[in-house]
Amino acid sequence: MELLQQVVQQLINGISLGSIYALIALGYTMIYGIIKLINFAHGDIYMVGAYIGFFAITQGGFSVVPALLISLVTTGLLGMLVERIAYRPLRKAPRISVLITAIGVSFFIEYTSMYFVSPTPRTFPQMFGDVAVSIGGIVINGQQMLILGITAVLMVLLTYIVQKTKTGKAMRAASFDTETAELMGINSDRIISITFGIGSALAAVAGVLVGIYYNSIDPLMGIMPGLKAFVAAVLGGIGILPGAVVGGLILGVVEALVSGFVSSTFRDAAAFAILILVLLVRPAGLFGKNTKEKV
Amino acid sequence: MNLLRKNDLKMLVFSVALFAVLQVLISERILSSFWQLNLVIIGINIILAASLNLINGYTGQFSLGHAGFMAVGAYVGVVLTTNFGVPFPVALVAGGIAAGFLGFLIGLPTLRLRGDYLAIATLGMGEIIRIVIMNIQYVGGAAGFKGIPHHTTFAWVFFLMLFTLFFIKNFVNSAHGRACLAIRENEIAAESMGVNTTRYKVMAFTIGAAFAGIAGGLFAHSFYLITPASFTFMQTFNYLIMVVMGGLGSITGSIAGAFVVTFISAALASWPEFRMIIYAVALILLMFYRPQGLFGYMELTNMGFLRKIFKKGGDANA
Amino acid sequence: MRELLKTENVSMVFGGLKAVSDFNIKLGAGELVGLIGPNGAGKTTAFNMLTGVYQPTTGAITFDGENIVGKKPYQVTKAGIARTFQNIRLFSELTVLENVKIAFQSRVKYGLLEAVFRVGRYFKEENAIEAEARRLLSIFHLEGLADETAKNLPYGAQRRLEIARALATKPKLLLLDEPAAGMNPQETQELMEMIRWIRKEFGLTILLIEHDMALVMGICERIYVLEYGEIIAEGTPKEIRENPEVIRAYLGGEG
Repeated sequence: MELLQQVVQQLINGISLGSIYALIALGYTMIYGIIKLINFAHGDIYMVGAYIGFFAITQGGFSVVPALLISLVTTGLLGMLVERIAYRPLRKAPRISVLITAIGVSFFIEYTSMYFVSPTPRTFPQMFGDVAVSIGGIVINGQQMLILGITAVLMVLLTYIVQKTKTGKAMRAASFDTETAELMGINSDRIISITFGIGSALAAVAGVLVGIYYNSIDPLMGIMPGLKAFVAAVLGGIGILPGAVVGGLILGVVEALVSGFVSSTFRDAAAFAILILVLLVRPAGLFGKNTKEKV
Repeated sequence: MNLLRKNDLKMLVFSVALFAVLQVLISERILSSFWQLNLVIIGINIILAASLNLINGYTGQFSLGHAGFMAVGAYVGVVLTTNFGVPFPVALVAGGIAAGFLGFLIGLPTLRLRGDYLAIATLGMGEIIRIVIMNIQYVGGAAGFKGIPHHTTFAWVFFLMLFTLFFIKNFVNSAHGRACLAIRENEIAAESMGVNTTRYKVMAFTIGAAFAGIAGGLFAHSFYLITPASFTFMQTFNYLIMVVMGGLGSITGSIAGAFVVTFISAALASWPEFRMIIYAVALILLMFYRPQGLFGYMELTNMGFLRKIFKKGGDANA
Repeated sequence: MRELLKTENVSMVFGGLKAVSDFNIKLGAGELVGLIGPNGAGKTTAFNMLTGVYQPTTGAITFDGENIVGKKPYQVTKAGIARTFQNIRLFSELTVLENVKIAFQSRVKYGLLEAVFRVGRYFKEENAIEAEARRLLSIFHLEGLADETAKNLPYGAQRRLEIARALATKPKLLLLDEPAAGMNPQETQELMEMIRWIRKEFGLTILLIEHDMALVMGICERIYVLEYGEIIAEGTPKEIRENPEVIRAYLGGEG
């Protein structure tokens, strides 16, 4: 029974972590779906979101929900700005050029942030630490409940936007075939910009939640989760929103199990091993369709 | 015997003269020990940049796993010299072979992937290599490997760098190298011209990994201690910056890129944030205004006045 | 006439959609045959199956007495089938000469170490390749452009370079995918003469996809007509011109 209890506990930890990955992965997958770019800077956007939330709480004295909203809006705008300045001029450039630019943008955000907020990690104020539910020895703490609750709300909201609104329909059309979408009168620049905005906003929320969960943030905190969220997106099938969520959750659970039962040092290796396995065995991901290159 | 053609001979004479000058500057202690170390680092970085360029620039396979292969060469090298007393050159070669072999094993499955997928998969492979090393207690785990003999001299670095450049230049200017260029230009056309694309991608990847391994050995034997933290993918990005700055597909570019980046790093050693911000801005501006890098597909020996000195040989080279 | 190529019930299905079905053709050695059909009829898909780019879902392809289904494109090239592409696929950043030299790939014998240390067969083979490549360029009036970057060539010269490059692989069968696309009538006329001439000069069998009816009717001895992935007619240009099925499907549509 002891073992089963441990497994369930790790599952809960994994789903909490996985929700964070899912939130970041959604942005990755939306952006990749529409402009076929691995936005290396996406993890850094998440870091900026965490810092904005941190300052809103500690300096601005806001409580969690307003802080989340402030971070969500500001970071969303930052994402749109990044797209406007760095990626839009390269719309017709080879994909590798854009990828290299994204690496440059990533460095830029990391190290300008480091300059302004110093490289030392900041301690997030303790929140919801004393709230916890215990069922048969399995503990779900307040932070985990917060993560799961907010993630669920955002998923519902995103589904509504993408499925029901005009903008959402345009986004889906553009990610299916940008050129045809343009012929149909969709302003693809605007849609891409909105996609970056929404993706970045989701990442910002993930950043603040991670700050609350782990209590510590630093300017390079986005690198690994960024890469892992990409793994999650690929695992679920890149460009597919439910895929990103499922991919994120699977990844979180696998990582929690690996750190709980093998060794925490292999946690990162597990994520990359999954990536390579998926790319080799089923490159289209769990939910994707295989396509052939046209000759 | 056509072993050394005229151009190679001129290059060799020039290089030996350069070596003599630098060696005198070092032994007469005209260069401070800081810049001596930097000369060694520049040489090692040239090997890494040129070998990465063979994969990313000439063959067009965007790899981000170079630091992992460097780590393999470094660790195999130091274990052999420190624990088994193997002579330094043998350890270097062994490190290169080990890294090359691993490159072959990794390349075979992953090189089926294209563009950004390959980039992220090789990045993951490099990290897996590093994490595995971190978990091997025999080589010190995360704390690192201590007590490495200081074998790396400027002479070793210089001549191995020269050999690397010679190897890659001649490879690129052969039918094998042309096959790699064809893959970069258009994989489907290359295949239909009779190029076994898998074979040549793996070949370029293996050669690149092997030289990264040798460079790793040289790097490790310049220090008393190496840790897995020296071989993260951030390190790969460093070499990528050199290659992209200098020009994908130009050996001259890799040399120039290694110079510039190493100098900037050394000069801004006390302001690491600025260093990275400069790289970041440089990368973005390059992609905007000169995506082919400083030298594009050109070689120095191909330009203007130098063309007269290095007259065009019988092949498409130089 | 010796049979060079034979396809038997070759089909290609993409995710449930039949792009080509029951594709049966025969080419005798030395023939010049056309493959025509409306857009999307599956002509290029057929070429891709013949050259190993796609593996047919079912069926057999026999080339020169050998089954080539399952072979990779480079192996098919080595076996003796060369092709050009509808949307020109040159090695655009390389020189014209290098473009042709790459086509000698499957006949290079010197190894990696011979290449790096410039010993053994390296110089002998490289000199032979260089001479042969330049000879091909001169046949296609490209010798003056040998050191030019391929992407800087005018359109017509790019098409010629693609053919020169295909011939450098020493094929028995040459597949031309819309060689006259984008050419003016004058250029098309020259192209027709050139195709006839290279067939004779290189002893080739040629299968070509073309939209330009004047060209197809002018030089092909036999024509296959493809519609919705199926061959609906086969015959001499005269027979095809009079075939009611073809007129309905194809010629009628274009007026």
